[in-house]
Amino acid sequence: MAVDKLFKDEATEEKGERARMASFIGAMAIADLVKTTLGPKGMDKILQSTGRGHSVTVTNDGATILKSLHIDNPAAKVLVDISKVQDDEVGDGTTSVVVLAGELLREAEKLVNAKIHPMTIISGYRMAAECSRNALLEKVVDNKLDAEKFKADLMKIAMTTLSSKILSQDKEHFAKLAVDAVMRLKGSTNLEAIQIIKKPGGSLKESFLDEGFILDKKIGVGQPKRIENAKILVANTAMDTDKVKIYGARVRVDSMAKVAEIEVAEKEKMREKVQKIINHGINCFVNRQLIYNFPEELFADAGVLAIEHADFDGIERLALVTGGEIASTFDNPESVKLGHCKLIEEIMIGEDRLIHFSGVELGQACTIVLRGASPHMLDEAERSLHDALCVLSQTVNDSRVLLGGGWPEMVMAKAVDELARKTPGKRSHAIEAFSRALVAIPTTIADNAGLDSAELVAQLRAEHHKEGSTAGIDVISGCVGDMAELGISEAFKVKQAVLLSATEAAEMILRVDEIITCAPRRREDRM
Amino acid sequence: MALAFDEFGRPFIILKEQEQKTRLRGLDAQKANIASGKAVARILRTSLGPKGMDKMLQSPDGDVTITNDGATILEQMDVDNQIAKLMVELSRSQDYEIGDGTTGVVVMAGALLEQAEKLLERGIHPIRIAEGYEVASRIAFEHLERISHKFEFSATNIEPLVQTCMTTLSSKIVNRCKRSLAEIAVKAVLAVADLERKDVNLDLIKVEGKVGGKLEDTELIFGIVVDKDMSHPQMPKQIEDAKIAILTCPFEPPKPKTKHKVDIDTVEKFQTLRQQEQKYFDDMVQKCKDVGATLVICQWGFDDEANHLLMNRNLPAVRWVGGVELELIAIATGGRIVPRFQELTPEKLGRAGLVREKAFGTTKDRMIYIEHCANSRAVTIFIRGGNKMMIEETKRSIHDALCVARNLIRNNSIVYGGGSAEISCSIAVEAAADKYPGVEQYAIRGFADALDAIPMALAENSGLQPIETLSAVKSQQIKENNSCCGIDCNDVGTNDMREQNVFETLIGKQQQILLATQVVKMILKIDDVISPSDY
Repeated sequence: MAVDKLFKDEATEEKGERARMASFIGAMAIADLVKTTLGPKGMDKILQSTGRGHSVTVTNDGATILKSLHIDNPAAKVLVDISKVQDDEVGDGTTSVVVLAGELLREAEKLVNAKIHPMTIISGYRMAAECSRNALLEKVVDNKLDAEKFKADLMKIAMTTLSSKILSQDKEHFAKLAVDAVMRLKGSTNLEAIQIIKKPGGSLKESFLDEGFILDKKIGVGQPKRIENAKILVANTAMDTDKVKIYGARVRVDSMAKVAEIEVAEKEKMREKVQKIINHGINCFVNRQLIYNFPEELFADAGVLAIEHADFDGIERLALVTGGEIASTFDNPESVKLGHCKLIEEIMIGEDRLIHFSGVELGQACTIVLRGASPHMLDEAERSLHDALCVLSQTVNDSRVLLGGGWPEMVMAKAVDELARKTPGKRSHAIEAFSRALVAIPTTIADNAGLDSAELVAQLRAEHHKEGSTAGIDVISGCVGDMAELGISEAFKVKQAVLLSATEAAEMILRVDEIITCAPRRREDRM
Repeated sequence: MALAFDEFGRPFIILKEQEQKTRLRGLDAQKANIASGKAVARILRTSLGPKGMDKMLQSPDGDVTITNDGATILEQMDVDNQIAKLMVELSRSQDYEIGDGTTGVVVMAGALLEQAEKLLERGIHPIRIAEGYEVASRIAFEHLERISHKFEFSATNIEPLVQTCMTTLSSKIVNRCKRSLAEIAVKAVLAVADLERKDVNLDLIKVEGKVGGKLEDTELIFGIVVDKDMSHPQMPKQIEDAKIAILTCPFEPPKPKTKHKVDIDTVEKFQTLRQQEQKYFDDMVQKCKDVGATLVICQWGFDDEANHLLMNRNLPAVRWVGGVELELIAIATGGRIVPRFQELTPEKLGRAGLVREKAFGTTKDRMIYIEHCANSRAVTIFIRGGNKMMIEETKRSIHDALCVARNLIRNNSIVYGGGSAEISCSIAVEAAADKYPGVEQYAIRGFADALDAIPMALAENSGLQPIETLSAVKSQQIKENNSCCGIDCNDVGTNDMREQNVFETLIGKQQQILLATQVVKMILKIDDVISPSDY
């Protein structure tokens, strides 16, 4: 007897071959979607949001593209997820990871059609992934000890990362910006300390790194516009009417006169607070919260520059830069550490006035000001720069470096091919397939650049047959070139993360033989 | 008939609105129930064993879960059928009781139902089938006891425990590093185990996951990891020999429970109130400082002012720590949870050798590690993995492994896995059936056949010829009188599970058989299904 209904309405179940097919197709569709953005000659995508205003984003960043997609296919979601993790963890290689996972699945599909059990494929993939990782480990270069070379390495990595982005025209300029900014962090991976301010107008070339700190705020009316040898108090305190924090307190009076009295007391309280703050001997006060006009006036009278409503990150950064602490009580002026800087002044970028802190004590934080023709351009520039910064900060910690331009893939493919020849049993098919999937990445890079990929990859393979080859695809001249000479490098950490997460994702999708989809939750129509 | 007559002979309807309900009765009801039970079992069947496949589940909100754990699959499956819901309950109760074998129990129940269907067709009364199953399950239960082995382990020799956990993990996606995970699980359980009382409180083991890194980076931390950061960005990130004050009161002015109002009607009152308020903060921080605390962990939030005072007096603090975590921290550090500032005393402080804040990846993710605690009875398993689904699945797998290790500490009997225990039981039940007079004999035999279903599914999932393999193993068991022969899923070349080191816990297996039998009995006893039709 057939079971009439096991699941709830609209819940669906897909089994065996169908399920596998659905997940292969979904995953490959996603991979094909971002495939064309890979490499220095990759193309961008326009994303239009469905929200109000239909805002438009132009990007080349895999994670950004995938994040904005509405996807129904569960397998595709796995790929979106890995690209997001890649973004969080190393910041770059978000496209590569998806393309590699897609290629692995494409190869796996062929094997499944040839009646090889998914578990066999998985165990082959695992062996291959391990083998390729070891192959890379053998080839890494570590220049940590030699500061000069290390900096050159960082430059190369930054240029390689940026070359596939919108910034590629001025990649040298931006690579220098990014390297300088990261070197200032002194090994910390806290990118929060690097502030990126976007100001439309001007050209990309006019972007610059500021050693000091720029706060996107205006100086209060009547307050000094320029302070030398500033003593800065960074605070997080309420500067509106200071509420009584004791629970249940309320004002209850029986005459207007009393109200006036209390108002006076309140003002007095504020005046006291301001006085306490001023007693710190400061000439600049930055608050995270609002400053009402009454205290602002008091500050102006005392010749103190008061800046209100700096957002939390800004405050933290400012504290980092100036070496002050974020204060909330003001009773012990002697114990509060004040921040110092040589000069605070109002500067103009384009048409906007900003506050510039220069000559700061601790140079841990810095600001990068991006200029560009349009907001879209700036957004994309910011994403690209962010990628570069992420990669660099990770490289500072793990200084192992590889060559780029398809070189690592070819090295891995070669090692995996050798492993396949040595492995007995069905697994060797899977291992071979893994190497084919690896080669697909240089192939895609060449394809995107409009080159004859079959020819180039074959040449590359022949080159790599020699020991210690440094050949890769030189997209600019359209032939096989020496990556070491061209100075195209990538961070080992990025490549390793791409390899491992792509394999993991492919494995996960391969293991599935049934998809059960619950009925989608109905949204109440608010109309 | 739902139609009855009252004392005046007028008909009335007992079940309201007959036409709006669907109703199945008698044999039809039983068959429909069996069919849906089997359908559920069929879904799980392919997940059994080391070569079992995973299922991908999409929740109503579109989140994707990929898992191989029977209980999780069934829980998220959104079933509508009543019998299917019973099966879901079945696997859940196995999960609560044992923690492992959630797939096996459902497959077993499905096989029992299938046999029952055949018997029903022969005209055997369902109650007789149920009774026969009951008898058979008792035989199997006792037989398992007989073929079980005690096995010895101690705090120094954890190898046997690790082997058993590896058997559990080998069917999951994490089998790539099952060895290290099994070791982590066993060490974690032993760290919190009370070997004298033979009990383990699994609540003391916290499983925390963070996306990123690789599975091999998963580690066991003898201490607590809290997914929080220091309340003030400029507080020290590392504290050695920390004395920890664990508070459940906020750094805010007190809020008495009784409803009250403070009326401010004069300027003096306003000012005293203000001074009072400032004094509160000062007192609170001072009290913590006075007892010698070097770290404050608080369940509630801090007022900005208090936060700064803490910072100013060099007293690092963590806020918004969850209740469960707070308890764990208290256990680990040997401190007491203090609900009021007045009750803080130096004895109530917890101690930890090292507290540090660690950042991950490129985003602003930070976690606080509390290590080298005074009392290392609370541990954390910190999982890393490529993506969120991987972490979730690893968490489930670790949970299974932890449960297995706990069961072994409670009762150190094991049976051999790979279907060998089922085959051995099947032989024993088959032999016992012939001695049993009455109709139940058939049911007992049916039970024996159903027991074969698990090794059969194992063989099928591993790509072996199911019937051929099963009969070969069975004859080998009888011939050699060796209950350790099972299905060679990993293609190692030997059937002897003792050599392959595939173990399962005795209570797990016994529980599987008992639970499956119970549910099947319940389903067989249903002869009328009344369900309201859709509106």
